[in-house]
Amino acid sequence: MKRSMAAWWFVGPALIVLGVFFFVPVLGALLMSLTDFDLYALSDWRNLRFIGFHNYVTLLQDPLFWKSLWNTLYFVVLGVPLSIGASLGAALLVNSRLGRFRSFFRTVYFAPVVTTLVAVAVVWRYIFHTRYGFLNYGLSGLGIDPIDWMGDPHWAMPAIVILAVWKNFGYNMIILLAALQNIPEDLYEAARIDGASGWQVFRHITLPGIAPVLLLVSILTMTGYFQLFAEPYVMTEGGPLQSTLSVLYFMYEEGFKWWSLGRASAVAFLLFVLMFLVTAFQLRLGRQRGDR
Amino acid sequence: MKRKGPTILVNLLLIIGAVLTAFPLLWMVSVSFMPTGAASTYPPPLLPAEPTLDNYRQLFANHNAGRYMLNSAIVASLATVIALVLNTMAGYAFAKLRFKGRERIFQTLLGALVIPAQVTMIPLFALVKEMGLISTYGGVIVPAMASVFGIFLIRQYALSLPDELLEAARIDGASEARIFWSLVVPLLQPILVTLAILTFLATWNDFMWPLIVLTDQKLHTLPVALAGLSREHVQDNELMMAGAVITVLPVLALFLALQRYYIAGILAGSVKG
Repeated sequence: MKRSMAAWWFVGPALIVLGVFFFVPVLGALLMSLTDFDLYALSDWRNLRFIGFHNYVTLLQDPLFWKSLWNTLYFVVLGVPLSIGASLGAALLVNSRLGRFRSFFRTVYFAPVVTTLVAVAVVWRYIFHTRYGFLNYGLSGLGIDPIDWMGDPHWAMPAIVILAVWKNFGYNMIILLAALQNIPEDLYEAARIDGASGWQVFRHITLPGIAPVLLLVSILTMTGYFQLFAEPYVMTEGGPLQSTLSVLYFMYEEGFKWWSLGRASAVAFLLFVLMFLVTAFQLRLGRQRGDR
Repeated sequence: MKRKGPTILVNLLLIIGAVLTAFPLLWMVSVSFMPTGAASTYPPPLLPAEPTLDNYRQLFANHNAGRYMLNSAIVASLATVIALVLNTMAGYAFAKLRFKGRERIFQTLLGALVIPAQVTMIPLFALVKEMGLISTYGGVIVPAMASVFGIFLIRQYALSLPDELLEAARIDGASEARIFWSLVVPLLQPILVTLAILTFLATWNDFMWPLIVLTDQKLHTLPVALAGLSREHVQDNELMMAGAVITVLPVLALFLALQRYYIAGILAGSVKG
């Protein structure tokens, strides 16, 4: 009796904080998305009106919302496979017995993960500079004409993808590295005796061995990439021609530029539902593959 | 020597990867020491011809960088201390103390991990405004004070503590608070370092919430201030690089010093799925 009382003293503070500052706001977001919550309601709650699904209806008719959604999906579809590919490549290299100074390389590859996103976005904006940036200088060495990375609607999002891959690949590399090291050594030994080629070993031993972890990191990366915000905020302000306007950027502008907080809550909820559906779909796909 | 080719290839790729990865950070440092305008030339210079500290001087003298750095340090430290206390107490209780509904509550918390923090941001803004915490340190740290991930991290580690040890202390008549403070906390020390560095880096690097809640410029954290500054001084690359250096360097140094603990945290977090 006394002990269970003590237990509540231990969990109570954290649960209260999570309740007030997380669970209540989640419910609040759902409720707010059904109202016309704006600057007037923010100063006096009596100005608040319940408007049902009006926010959702107008959002789904707003071309700018759809634009932000397509941009975000483009970023996810382009960015996730490239990130996972880079992570896997780096993990295989760092895991290879043939490599030297492997823990040094691991640290270097991981360093971008801990850097401040805003700061490295500022750095990359400079690297992407059309005239003085290092990337175009490097490309000119390969005979490629300068690209207006931040000014051309076709190139702005790929530029942000490059930054995201550079910043994030080290994170999944660490997780994949642990998975690679968990594959039993005798499997490789047996393959060597059977005379399997490097590709066959990768295809039939390495890949199946890390498949569950690969699925996990894809889901984690994808949910992270759906939350694109700081990169376009710093590098392009959503431009040019709204080509880098992400869903969260759209939500931020609706909420804190136009103060349509009700509408912004509806945006947040739609994004959440979308992320949830895509995750569930991926999990199902992964499970089917696993069954076979 | 049949393996000579692959060996050269692997090491070459490792080096190319490292150069590509480290280059942006090294160039950032190099350009930050160049005088104004020196980096706006073609071809882009690799090293400063005449290294200068002017950009850093200007940041601290004219752009309040010292104040922003202090804000960032205060916000990140406060959040880290509070999150450490709350998450450790809760994580330990979920692992080792018995109370009604323990498993159900814990499962509910884990389920909440699928909800992205951005969903809460707008109501949280209204709530923080009601509490009068807009543009205060308190307002910034509110969502970081306790986290499901932090509780989970501590719980997984605390599960391995031997029950006999805790029972023995109880039989000796020690109170639960005393057991926690003088027995459990010292045993949890490695995971506490992990949680501390994860929280500190996350709050230091955080951008969207501080941007929303800190309307008063004097209270801006480094990332918020740097984002604002970079919009005003688009052309001033040397100054911006210096700003990026002072933002990144503290967390990078912290990571290099405590790398082992940070990576342990990532690996513990990835098995949750």
